[in-house]
Amino acid sequence: MQKSLQTGIQGRAKFIVGGLLILAAVIYLIVSATQANAEFFMTVNELKSKGNSLVDRSLRISGAVIGDSIHYDPQTMNLTFEIAHVPGDNAAIEMGGGLAAVLHKAVTDPMRARLTIVYNGPKPDLLRDEAQAIVTGHLGEDGIFYADELLLKCPTKYQEAIPSQVVNGN
Amino acid sequence: MLAQSGFGVFVLTFLLALFSVGAAVVGYFDKSDRWVEAARRAMQLTFPLISLATLMLAYLLVTGHYELQYVYSVTSNDMPFYLKLTALWGGQAGSLVLWSWLMSAFASAVTLRKWERDRELLPWVIVVTSVTLAFFLSLTILYENPFARWWQTTGGDFVPRMFAPAGAVPITPADGQGLNPLLRHPGMIIHPPMLYLGFVAFVIPYAFAIAALVTGRSDDRWIRLTRRWTLVAWLFLSLGLVLGMRWAYDVLGWGGYWGWDPVEISALMPWLTGTAFLHSVMIQEKRGMFKQWNMLLIILTYALVIFGTFLTRSGVLSSVHAFSQSAIGPMFFAFIGITFVTSVALLIYRWKDLRAEVEMKSLFSREALFLLNNLLFMGVLIVCFWGVIFPLISELVTGQKVTVGPPFYLRANGPLFGALLALMGIAPLSAWGRSTYKTLGRALWKPSIPSAIVPVVLAILGVHNWIALVGFTLVAFVIFVTLFEFWRGVRSQQKKQKVNFLVALWQLAGRNHRRYGGYLIHLSMVVMAIGILGIELYQTTTQKTLAVGEDIQIAGYTLRFDSLAQFPYTDGRIVTRAALSVFRGDKFLGNLYPRYDYYTASGQPMTIAGVRSTLADDLYVVLVNWENVSAAQAPFKVYHNPLVNWLWIGSLMFIFGFLVAAWPEREDEKREGKI
Repeated sequence: MQKSLQTGIQGRAKFIVGGLLILAAVIYLIVSATQANAEFFMTVNELKSKGNSLVDRSLRISGAVIGDSIHYDPQTMNLTFEIAHVPGDNAAIEMGGGLAAVLHKAVTDPMRARLTIVYNGPKPDLLRDEAQAIVTGHLGEDGIFYADELLLKCPTKYQEAIPSQVVNGN
Repeated sequence: MLAQSGFGVFVLTFLLALFSVGAAVVGYFDKSDRWVEAARRAMQLTFPLISLATLMLAYLLVTGHYELQYVYSVTSNDMPFYLKLTALWGGQAGSLVLWSWLMSAFASAVTLRKWERDRELLPWVIVVTSVTLAFFLSLTILYENPFARWWQTTGGDFVPRMFAPAGAVPITPADGQGLNPLLRHPGMIIHPPMLYLGFVAFVIPYAFAIAALVTGRSDDRWIRLTRRWTLVAWLFLSLGLVLGMRWAYDVLGWGGYWGWDPVEISALMPWLTGTAFLHSVMIQEKRGMFKQWNMLLIILTYALVIFGTFLTRSGVLSSVHAFSQSAIGPMFFAFIGITFVTSVALLIYRWKDLRAEVEMKSLFSREALFLLNNLLFMGVLIVCFWGVIFPLISELVTGQKVTVGPPFYLRANGPLFGALLALMGIAPLSAWGRSTYKTLGRALWKPSIPSAIVPVVLAILGVHNWIALVGFTLVAFVIFVTLFEFWRGVRSQQKKQKVNFLVALWQLAGRNHRRYGGYLIHLSMVVMAIGILGIELYQTTTQKTLAVGEDIQIAGYTLRFDSLAQFPYTDGRIVTRAALSVFRGDKFLGNLYPRYDYYTASGQPMTIAGVRSTLADDLYVVLVNWENVSAAQAPFKVYHNPLVNWLWIGSLMFIFGFLVAAWPEREDEKREGKI
């Protein structure tokens, strides 16, 4: 009786220790992978205020594309353009009259903070004036943002679908 | 008129589903067979009714009734018949209809049985399936009505409504927007129904689990009754995932198959819990253990299925923008919350009845290894879940939005997937009950020796990436163990029956479908792992703007840009097609035709890669979308994807393994009266 009780407890301890080890391993994996791969999502203003402390960190920056600043060399596929600060907060965007209005204001306001983006690769179709760009990459010591990935949104594309060719019927 | 009738049918079906819930509950508590029977009949009636409404919607889609907002948004005059028909699930409203239709079909099929032996489970199976059905129908009726039509209000706005707003004029557009071009692909046509078949079929084992909890049955009856449903659900979910990968590979033009975005992860999460469930129910059947755990797994799977339905649809088809404004989000979260809390409360209430019948004794026994398998799957689930919610948490805690991308998932899940591979090799050799590291070691050493040679050979061949060495060694280990198991089984069968090798193999697999089908599925998984290791570790890419006659090199191949042609196509797109010649050294291997399709009506571009696929590697060329580039030169991006074909070969093997595993066993059928 005494013996079987003991092996019962011992038996359980083994499994509890084993389970805890696995749990610890999973937590370690998550924590280390998060630390190594976290990408800070920020606006141009936030980036400028943090300055060079962010050099070589993985970053995602959102901003409004300035049409005149786009330069593209199809031979080398070098692409540079500037983005202007837009608020990152959805509520602030709604307050500003929606994404399209906020982007327009950002591009036309000469006082806005701007950031130069350098990217090597094909120029996306949607890269045009007043588009929203979400760029992933890192900030160089020269203050230029080196992007590995470009994501572009055109507010007009997200408007509610409205019949374009309408005829009266029924 | 048809649209109004269709809507009426949905309302009627919704009421019927509510009635069947009420009747089943009354029937259970009053012990009245008549009420239960009424609930059953009502449940079965929902199927022909939803079928009717679905047919009406299909008819409206095919005949181009663009006055309906749904028809307008997913079809157009220039689409071929089959695409108009499959546009049924091309948008959120239609997908929800498909969900309801499948739910009613499965629930009716389950209740068609005579139900003599497990009578007390029936009312609660009806309650769970009818509540789920009623929820989806309520979404259709209140928020995502496929029968809503266009109206022009007095203010001049166009609005989709079921009933006329005051003073509004009905509007009929002459043509629709057409299905999103990205979805006009065979993979995308069958991918959503496959995924949905998997999602909805998982509701059936969940319904039986809840019925067992409510009625206080602590045996494994619910598992045995729904074994086939679980397998089928798992098959379709797996196929849905694979088809989604194939679609991404063929259509999205970024050289990959899986991008770890939240939509993909939300479809993967129920697969993870479902796979864990599929393994751990075997322990309950064989040993009477893990009862509480199995309940928890199926409850989680159900919650993740509903969550996945919500995310997959809204994410792919509507923009993120439209989805946040939809009222459907809070409804889904409320439903998931309520069903999850209720289920867990029931489980806690029955917790003590569901204690294991025997205690687990050895760390090296097969049940312990199954437990480890389950914990690893849960580990992957936690990693995925963390990745999805991390941006929200970090914003709440630090005020700074921080996201994690594919490298996070690969780094955190990689070791867990590796451990799962190792376990796939070890577990089949372990014994039930008392088993020590000595007995396990004795079984393991034979297949370990040939696997140990693999990394040596690979290293000599020039593979120096340690992840690849470990990965391929594990792959080889699983293959050797599985073949060894087959060989051992066949040999003993041959000794007993004095038959030749093939006959013995046939008899062996015929006698124990589940075991040998399972081994085949394991084999298919490691074959898929070969493809995944190849593309994840060895993908290379290069890009260049080429003038006609110029070439680009990658991984020993030379691609020469020969010509570029641009022409309109009958379904309203402008096709820009490049022709390239592929060489290896001086040897001409063939032509590749990457395309860039521009759909003028929707303004949507689509990039179709030119792919040269062999068992060793894929050469994947993309004609990058380009503007204002002269016809004599064009930018290309080329990917070299080693071994990726094995991912698709493994998927086909998987189907074969499944057929073996799920093939009916005749005596078994009679004995248990399975459904």
